[in-house]
Amino acid sequence: MSSHRFVVAVMPKPGILDPQGRAVEQSLPHLDVSGVTDVRVGRRVELTVEAPDMLAARAIVEHLASEVFANPIIETWEVAPASLVAAAG
Amino acid sequence: MRVGVVVFPGSNCDRDALHAARLAGAEAEPLWHETPDVRGVDLVVLPGGFAYGDYLRAGVLARFSPIMGAVRDHAAAGGFILGICNGFQVLAEAGLVPGALRRNSTLRFEHRWVRLAVERTDSPFTRAVPPSRTLRMPIAHGEGNYYLPDDALDALEARRDVLFRYASPEGNPNGSSRDIAGVTDEGGRVCGLMPHPERAAEAILGSDDGMLLFRSLVESVAIAGRAVTVA
Repeated sequence: MSSHRFVVAVMPKPGILDPQGRAVEQSLPHLDVSGVTDVRVGRRVELTVEAPDMLAARAIVEHLASEVFANPIIETWEVAPASLVAAAG
Repeated sequence: MRVGVVVFPGSNCDRDALHAARLAGAEAEPLWHETPDVRGVDLVVLPGGFAYGDYLRAGVLARFSPIMGAVRDHAAAGGFILGICNGFQVLAEAGLVPGALRRNSTLRFEHRWVRLAVERTDSPFTRAVPPSRTLRMPIAHGEGNYYLPDDALDALEARRDVLFRYASPEGNPNGSSRDIAGVTDEGGRVCGLMPHPERAAEAILGSDDGMLLFRSLVESVAIAGRAVTVA
């Protein structure tokens, strides 16, 4: 068994209204920032999995991502090994 | 009728639901979420609140509570389930009713009285509602913005599984698709809605329209019981 750390990025599906992203975008003029569009706000989950190997660990994370971390009706998700993601803890 | 009201960590409308069920003439008991058994009740209520603090997404963690296996079995056996507000979010996350509840388009926690159009009065949840009568109930939620893709919404409407829509004068408070406030599963025995019938259970609360749902269920259980006896 070995330890494998992953990052799961969850985002609202393209085309689905993202009220948080819209609120951020609408507040930007108050900061005197212009020219910013398409702000979308998602969520990032980091986790460590004990498994026989990387592939087995990844399968567990993919399962958790689709069953728990993201709601497939409204969100997309992406799994990546933490070693490939900047600033992963 | 025997009613069980599930108590999750963070439920806060469970006592109101027990009270409303008793007012309608039912026997009602709380069901602790860690006990994997619904004790043979006729109706399971998933009440409002903030189960598991709404962490990750409203309703998603409650879906993994030990009692939810028994709730699924209850649904599979044709038992009645009513999910109110957070309970609707749990049902949707568990896949027991179709759809997802997004954050309100207003980005605010919306708490106010709304008016509901009842799409059909031949459902177990609405049989006591007089035809063309609208219902006045309160809402109190941050994530009630019902969503399904358009083709799935068409199918939902074709099956007549939309039970409640927000109606004038207050209108749609949260941006939900096609003004949907409540739906049923394909079997018609599992219903989730964002408004709170249990908070509109007595005139002193400002409305007793919510009692029409509880009375409908008492009648429906009596009818289902007779059907079983005859069979």
